[in-house]
Amino acid sequence: MHKSYNVDSEGYYGDFGGAYIPEMMYSNINELKSKYLEISSQADFVKEFDDLLKKYVGRPTPLYFAKRLSQEYNSKIYLKREDLCHTGAHKINNTIGQILLAQRLGKTRIIAETGAGQHGVATATVCALMGIKCIIYMGEVDIKRQAPNVARMKMLGAKVKPAYSGSKTLKDATNEAIRDWINNPVDTHYIIGSVVGPHPYPDMVARFQSVIGLEVKTQLLEAEGKENPDYVVACVGGGSNAAGLFYPYLDDLKVNIICVEAAGMGVKTGKSAATSILGKEGIIHGSKTLLMQSQDGQITEPYSISAGLDYPGVGPMHANLFRSKRAEFISITDKKAMDWGLKLSRMEGIIPAIETSHAFGVLDKKKFMKKDILVFNCSGRGDKDLDTYIDYFKL
Amino acid sequence: MNRINKVLKEKKDILSIYFTAGYPSIDDTTEIIKQLDHSNVDMIEIGLPFSDPLADGPTIQESSTTALKNGMNTFKLFEQLKNIRAITDIPIIIMGYFNPILQYGVDNFCEDCKKTGVDGLIIPDLPIDVYLKHYEEIFKKQNLLNMFLITPQTSNDRIRLIDKISNGFIYMVSSSSITGTVKSFGEDQKKYFKRINDLKLKSSLLIGFGISNHNNFKEAINHSQGAIIGSAFIKFITQNGIYKISNFINEIRGKII
Repeated sequence: MHKSYNVDSEGYYGDFGGAYIPEMMYSNINELKSKYLEISSQADFVKEFDDLLKKYVGRPTPLYFAKRLSQEYNSKIYLKREDLCHTGAHKINNTIGQILLAQRLGKTRIIAETGAGQHGVATATVCALMGIKCIIYMGEVDIKRQAPNVARMKMLGAKVKPAYSGSKTLKDATNEAIRDWINNPVDTHYIIGSVVGPHPYPDMVARFQSVIGLEVKTQLLEAEGKENPDYVVACVGGGSNAAGLFYPYLDDLKVNIICVEAAGMGVKTGKSAATSILGKEGIIHGSKTLLMQSQDGQITEPYSISAGLDYPGVGPMHANLFRSKRAEFISITDKKAMDWGLKLSRMEGIIPAIETSHAFGVLDKKKFMKKDILVFNCSGRGDKDLDTYIDYFKL
Repeated sequence: MNRINKVLKEKKDILSIYFTAGYPSIDDTTEIIKQLDHSNVDMIEIGLPFSDPLADGPTIQESSTTALKNGMNTFKLFEQLKNIRAITDIPIIIMGYFNPILQYGVDNFCEDCKKTGVDGLIIPDLPIDVYLKHYEEIFKKQNLLNMFLITPQTSNDRIRLIDKISNGFIYMVSSSSITGTVKSFGEDQKKYFKRINDLKLKSSLLIGFGISNHNNFKEAINHSQGAIIGSAFIKFITQNGIYKISNFINEIRGKII
């Protein structure tokens, strides 16, 4: 039997993971570590979680057979429509899970980081739903390029605090959220939005997102008479939508996994976020994983047109999928991603988030067979990116 | 005997000063150490700058950013410290986040510490279990002490564990905060200091975070063997340069000049 690609009892995925945290975070992380599995498996938690996913988020999201795309690329292409979730992306699956957990831990104040703003909106939404105070950290650069989401967070009653340090993007927003947590260790829960950070976050977020892959199994059985596709494909920044889709397939080696990273201007231009190619093993935000860094171990500033993929690291699950060669990693440039945003809009009537657009770039880079079944995670919708699309294409 | 243990054995009211290597200018490291030596501080903590210092407040963050822009790195720090033991006998501790040390190679790093005469390390994001499993032997081989932090949230059981594996002092973080953000010590802190003292630990305690003047230095040494000052010192050299350091030290100690 081969080794599992899921987390082990120590919080590691192969060489990656763990909790490299300062003592100031220890009590909170330890509390989470010792309680997250127990709480999230209690009957009342499961019932409330499932109920909210169904009646509030709108799950199950459809698994849609993309007919025109399938014809053009001569294979069977399905889209898992996470863009149809309430708030417009998969992010809310995790925030629902974590807010229920935070309530059971007696926390009265929520903080979160956000890049594209999708996780910020999803967090602000569940805080409004539960009547809990909410503070969102967002890089100054991202506040400018994702203005519609900033407005939504404000409308929902969250306080949006700009991060001015470093590259003023997702990594710096995460630093500020961690500092807030250190300063407020008793009443506050930090809802991390991706499968990054110290254990148990990567596993906890992956479990809350695993509903994506589990639904695909049922839906594919109905559509194709089998649970397993030949390929599962998702974009990867931190990696939460990918982790959610891959989760039930991790140890099923007949299902090929493809992770799509943001090449930015190109992997060799110095303006990229393709961590698997440009990263080395190290520590970022409390996790041992692959990250982009200088020879001296300083974390370098990534670049992508898409704020949600603009992160110098990748979750430890994905670092292990890369090193063990369980998954194939492909990187797609800004230009290719933008072209796919337009193409998906015009071919299937679906305007994807720029993050999501990256995933489809695989179709130009790789040849598939007619009988191959591909499931793409259509992780978010493009409303927040309309200004960027319109400017880019001069529409 | 390690210089840190010697000071802990012989002195009370210990004053330890933190500064960021390569700040304000890249070559200030040795001059700052010289000035601290002349000002009779008891220990020196050199901060190895990092791009993402999670546990630090704005003052130390900014000094780190400037130091990195100045071209500071691990290799350069060991260059600067090459002849440091001709200048001072004060214990020197390097405080750095784990990633730059990991990239330098923990073995190489510890070896260069030993070569230059560094006595101990504070690595806030190196967890205890990982240290014990992978690095304790390496540290010990080079006679490097590893200092652990405790906070008001740290349980008594965990403090006892930390006490057991500590071979230098325990760094008692004054309150739940990042560096440089505490104004003064309130009742909660005093209760916390008492709780720790009642544990009768074998290790010495030094209090750090939020100590910025004579009054809270005095309070800190009432509850511990000494205090660590970082942000306030960095603010001072930002405003006054590095040649008036003795004024700052005298003021903290309450000496009339």
